[in-house]
Amino acid sequence: MTVLAAATAASTLAACGGGGDDGGGGTSSGDSGSNEASDIGITETSIKLGAHFPLTGVAAPGYSEIPTGAQAYFDCLNEQGGVNGREIEYIYRDDAYNPTNTSQVVQQLVLEDEVFAIVGGLGTPTHSAVLDFLNSEGVPDLFVSSGSLLWGDDPETNPYTFGWQTDYTSEGKIIGDYIAENFPDAQVGLFLQDDDFGEDGEAGIREYIDDQIVAAERYTPGNTNVGPQIAALQAAGADFVVGFNVPSYTALSQLTALQLGYDPQWFYSNVGSDPTLVGNLLNNFSEGQVSDASLLDGALTTDYLPTVDEPDNPWVQEFQRIWDECGGEGELTNYRIYGMSQAYTTVQALQAAGQNPTRDGLVEAIETAGSEWEGPVLAPFRYSEDSHMGTAGMSISRVTGTTTEEVAPVQLTDIGDAEIEAYDGEPAEVPENGIPDEESVVD
Amino acid sequence: MSDLRSTATDTPAAGKASSDAPTEATAGADEPTATRRRTLLPSSTLLRHLLLLALGAVATVVILESTDPFTNSQLATLSYYAIAAGGLTVLTGMNGQISLGHGALMAVGAYTTALFLSAEEPLPLPLILLAAILVATAVGALVGVAAARLHGPYLAGATLALAVGLPGLAIYFHDWLGGEQGLRVRAPRAPEAFDSFISAVSGNSASNTKWLAYLGAICLLITYFLLANLVRSRIGRTWRAVRDQEVAAELAGINLGAWRVLAFTVSAAAAGLAGGVLALVVRLAAPSGFTLVLSLSLLTAIVIGGLGSLLGALLGSALLVFLPPFVTDLGSGWGLDNTEAAQLAPFVYGVVLIVAMIFAPAGFVGSIRMRWLTRQATRSAARSSRG
Amino acid sequence: MQQFVNVTLTGLTEGMVYAAFALALVLIWRSTRIVNFAQGSMAAATAFIALALIQSGWSYWAALVVALVSGFVLGAVIERVVVRRVEGGPELNAVIVTLGLFVAIQAGIAIVFGSSFQSFPTPFGLQGFQVGDNRIAFTPTSLYVIVAVLITMGLLVALFRFTRVGLAMRASAFGQEVARLLGVRVGRMLTLGWGLAAVVGSLAGLLIAGGEFIYPAYMDSLIVFGFVAAVLGGLDSPIGAVVGGLILGLALSYVSGYVPRGSALVNVSALVILMVVLLVRPGGLFASSTARRA
Repeated sequence: MTVLAAATAASTLAACGGGGDDGGGGTSSGDSGSNEASDIGITETSIKLGAHFPLTGVAAPGYSEIPTGAQAYFDCLNEQGGVNGREIEYIYRDDAYNPTNTSQVVQQLVLEDEVFAIVGGLGTPTHSAVLDFLNSEGVPDLFVSSGSLLWGDDPETNPYTFGWQTDYTSEGKIIGDYIAENFPDAQVGLFLQDDDFGEDGEAGIREYIDDQIVAAERYTPGNTNVGPQIAALQAAGADFVVGFNVPSYTALSQLTALQLGYDPQWFYSNVGSDPTLVGNLLNNFSEGQVSDASLLDGALTTDYLPTVDEPDNPWVQEFQRIWDECGGEGELTNYRIYGMSQAYTTVQALQAAGQNPTRDGLVEAIETAGSEWEGPVLAPFRYSEDSHMGTAGMSISRVTGTTTEEVAPVQLTDIGDAEIEAYDGEPAEVPENGIPDEESVVD
Repeated sequence: MSDLRSTATDTPAAGKASSDAPTEATAGADEPTATRRRTLLPSSTLLRHLLLLALGAVATVVILESTDPFTNSQLATLSYYAIAAGGLTVLTGMNGQISLGHGALMAVGAYTTALFLSAEEPLPLPLILLAAILVATAVGALVGVAAARLHGPYLAGATLALAVGLPGLAIYFHDWLGGEQGLRVRAPRAPEAFDSFISAVSGNSASNTKWLAYLGAICLLITYFLLANLVRSRIGRTWRAVRDQEVAAELAGINLGAWRVLAFTVSAAAAGLAGGVLALVVRLAAPSGFTLVLSLSLLTAIVIGGLGSLLGALLGSALLVFLPPFVTDLGSGWGLDNTEAAQLAPFVYGVVLIVAMIFAPAGFVGSIRMRWLTRQATRSAARSSRG
Repeated sequence: MQQFVNVTLTGLTEGMVYAAFALALVLIWRSTRIVNFAQGSMAAATAFIALALIQSGWSYWAALVVALVSGFVLGAVIERVVVRRVEGGPELNAVIVTLGLFVAIQAGIAIVFGSSFQSFPTPFGLQGFQVGDNRIAFTPTSLYVIVAVLITMGLLVALFRFTRVGLAMRASAFGQEVARLLGVRVGRMLTLGWGLAAVVGSLAGLLIAGGEFIYPAYMDSLIVFGFVAAVLGGLDSPIGAVVGGLILGLALSYVSGYVPRGSALVNVSALVILMVVLLVRPGGLFASSTARRA
């Protein structure tokens, strides 16, 4: 059955190629030699990629949409001829955000499905469980969906793993710097998830406004009663609250603050700030009780990707087209944009790895060329031989109604002593069909 | 009814089947026909178990060398489920105490292993696993003392709170136990002897995955060998007496509480070893790996397999490991997208539990044995009526 | 002071929610001697039905009634079709069946309604009452929850103490043979017990959902805390369930609010409280001493 499908796909491709006029941007560097099965997961006509996401369980809401976005992008890409004439076969499996399951499904992807690389595996505790496995098996572990420092900080130990999104410490630094400049008199309270996410963010923010912080409250994921934490922030007199929390806790903290009549200036880090999702979360309360998404009105947040509430952004328009043509049910969401953007970077990496990519060649390509790539991500990646950290910068925006407006342009920084500086690059242009066109950097 | 005596008294056939089952069950993972061979086996329990142990070892090598690496890794997973389920079936099946908290005891073993392995110069692996067993045993004894006073749903409630509560400590002591993201475990490399053994036996290359599968299988075989001997010994008989004939046992001068604590301690030791193996196989000890779901899965495994039977615990564990990916792939094959297919797995899993309990309430092993016993009885009845 | 009041009030409301769920467990325990782990999933299913109705324009109260009725039907059908076949068998088998129901129903909800977070409306306000200059952590919705739980508790006490049906249900649970001899239609009583328990569970699920978010697994932590509360109270006593819920809710709220990084200790605290209580009183706080040795 599968064999038959693959054969059909191959013949269709051949037919396309035979048409002569190469319309798609996807096959540009395939000018010399022929496709070979150059490594595990690569055939003459396909590249197999794997991923693990929480599709069931508590973490599924929101996050389970990421792979549907990536899938839509790859489907549209395949219609245009794929990468160097190879279709992307994207397999994502459910780990229910449980590291034991992650270990099982990733072993299944690597040992049974024999994928070429893992792309975008989600979560810090979950992906930690497979970090050693993937690196000891030599499987490229690209663009982990988490801002932990684990992925990019130590390429010597984990040569095959790459981060992608802005790490939480850099994000904390940019937020701290912004508060120090614009709200020097604010009494800042921190609302933190009790894990590395909250810790890394707190470390970054304290580099800039340690003396302004009057309270740091931590919640444990899964415990939905945040009343005590919000009450403590209120009691400490915080009039500016920075949250390093997931979206459901943005909504919970807003509801609890409403109960208590507590109205500080809110600043939610990128992970927890999706106004569409939070707005949806809160919308059923609107029957005369809470006036629509207005709860989040005025809250500040950070961005490293364009968002669905910027319908004029050319990247969002392109992603909307891809979703309409190749996507499944439901609307385009920020999670799906995230998945598509990750898929975009993946295609850049595959193109850079040459016509007949190998696993080691892929890693080399990202280290060599990754910092040059442009795309939907607002600021460049930090990829080099010494760092596998993802994008380095963020802009800050304010939620107004159901959309956002930028209040501070993109700024760059890095972990450690790195300063914060303004980013002077222009937003990247959208290539034809939303498919990148990178040169091979591997011989 | 507030305790589990009813397990045995309400359905005499099932109860009897389950208390006898471990004899044949020991290591014969792939030997459901062991019953028939009883006469061929040595009459001494110890010898019989040693023979089964050797058979199990051979079967392990054959299975692991004839399957692909992914199945190897699944079998490694199976081994830690089966070790813990073996201990639990002794507690619940033999001694009649329910525990919804064995996942927490596995966490104790896993964290102990992770901590010892993170040392600059870690101890040899067997010593580390022994330490995991000892620490889990100590915790288990403590819980056992409290549990011995409790019955039925009260015991269930207390152990449920244990399952949910204990992993929270890892988040609280995050500097020491790694918090939410847990402690990463680097499994020690296989010794060279292992490489040469594998290439001598099958010519396969000895990957780390294979090494972990063997490690799990060795721990499993040793555990089941020890447990099988234990339940056939005086200790096992006393446990059954405490379960089935509480009053009589007490009259005979048996200290019920002490024997219950002992049963809990033994099963905690198995859970500790299972946790250690889990840490090595998963390469991580994190709170999210020891949710309530894990504890409930263990209970499911022993009941589905056949309460009180080690073979049943093994078969039940196999169901836990092999059913979900099978269903997910089946769902994808039907054209469901991955998200829908992922939801299908727990749905089918739940339905299988219900259906199995309705149609085979004594579990796999119990049902097969019961059918066999019935046939025997019919046959002997026929014979006597003829004669 | 303000923080103490707020932490206390938060704990009070949260405790009442545990109590509501514990009441459903007590009811099913009293009428069938089974601990129903599927209670949470069943409640979640009815909450999703109610939400679907509300989203299509029904009023909260009409949706509530439909949800409770569908809860009764669901409970009764499950008892007749599934649980009936394992009643009287090994107790552990009944536990496994309810676990199977728990998993299957939850997955079924995810398949039918999707697994995303959705907010659930409440007929009353979500803003705390104004006391002096401050708002306190006590909302009209909290008041609604507390009143509803207390009324339910009162009705259950009355059912078991003053009505023939309640007596017949208890008799069926304790001794089927004797009850049968006395002319009680045991089967019908068991079905009724499951149906009523599902109604109470469904009510608890809707009360918990009001002003919060629901997703297929939203009742999971409540199964644990509700069960702990019921065991604390003694499993047999509706009043015990409410007291157990309140103790648990308050204690956990204080731990979370006053112990540094206390949110991480909430689950452990529940364990410690339960262990301490059970060591002193192995049958729970409101145990009627004779019932336990049965």
